[in-house]
Amino acid sequence: MAGLDPAIPPGTDTAGMAGSRPAMTDGGRAGGAFLTRLVLAATLTLLASIGWAAEKHSGYDDAGPETRAMQDDDASNPGFLWVQQGEALWSERIGAAGRSCADCHGAGHVAMRGVATRYPQYDARLGRPVTLTQRIEQCRIERQAAPPLPPESDALLGLAAYVGLQSRGMPVQVEIDGPGQSFFDSGKALYTARQGQLNLSCSQCHDGLAGQRLGGSVIPQGHPNGYPEYRLEWQGMGSLDRRIRNCMAGVRAEPFAADSEELTNLELYLGWRSNDLKVETPAVRP
Amino acid sequence: MVRVLINVPKRVKKGEAFDVKLLISHPMESGQRRDAMGEAIPRDIINSFVCTYNGEEVLRADLFPAIAANPFLSFAAVAEESGTLVMRFTDDHGTVQTETVNVTVE
Repeated sequence: MAGLDPAIPPGTDTAGMAGSRPAMTDGGRAGGAFLTRLVLAATLTLLASIGWAAEKHSGYDDAGPETRAMQDDDASNPGFLWVQQGEALWSERIGAAGRSCADCHGAGHVAMRGVATRYPQYDARLGRPVTLTQRIEQCRIERQAAPPLPPESDALLGLAAYVGLQSRGMPVQVEIDGPGQSFFDSGKALYTARQGQLNLSCSQCHDGLAGQRLGGSVIPQGHPNGYPEYRLEWQGMGSLDRRIRNCMAGVRAEPFAADSEELTNLELYLGWRSNDLKVETPAVRP
Repeated sequence: MVRVLINVPKRVKKGEAFDVKLLISHPMESGQRRDAMGEAIPRDIINSFVCTYNGEEVLRADLFPAIAANPFLSFAAVAEESGTLVMRFTDDHGTVQTETVNVTVE
């Protein structure tokens, strides 16, 4: 029996346990081995299918073929309407400084290449992490002496989409070492904390139940590698802030305020969690 | 003025079909919805689209409320000689917008 049961080390005295188990005949032993093999094979098959679901992948892979086709063709991806606006804003001189983004940074497709892969990023001067959108706003206020753009405005989403596009196809590389660590830790704590009237954490759905369905939709792993993105549900473009606040309303929690410290920390954790996935900005999602 | 993205090959072969793709940034409000105060949101859609090539009509379409925001229009056309594609669309406010693209036939 010890040979059949790997949990019992050889030489262990099993006499005391024998009484609790049904006596096995030789036939029973052979049948048991067959069953063990069958169960093993079934488990391996199951593990293989779970293996794909558990493997880190973009929400793109969970989307339907029509949605993927929309994203694949730049001519049909509505996100490019915002990219077009962002590109125009890039070289528009604004604010008291009368300066455009291009005046300092030069051509967007050169200067902004790979930049979005590193955000959210710890800012030593501010002593906290900032998201790409917050960085754009910071630049507007400090360098262009212009009023900040309202959150979720077409102009701000457009600029973020234009900058994000310059990193499309490059792997996400969010760094959390050094002074950013404590913000990362608090973001991770938020990710795993149960919240709202439904008492659910982000992790319960996006780690535990990813690949399964909520209503008719596949639960994605929740990687933010395509923001700002065009959501068919929204009939428009939106930021990761908006997506998270949506999720929070879904579990009947009070959503974090726009640009709150909690949202930024959570986004830092999510960014790190999606490391090595390719940037897809502007992504299209259901 | 609404934002429009037009995708047409710059150079096309004589007599060969090519794709014209058009993305228009528009809310396409159906007129069936109500706002938070229960007031009906008035209909606001692009209701007609006409495309001409060197003055000759290529496509005319009437659009209806059951079309998503930011409509995507795609159709094929054939050109015999170089010219200008003119796309004109009208919304419920009567605003007419015209976009032009030059096509070179080789």
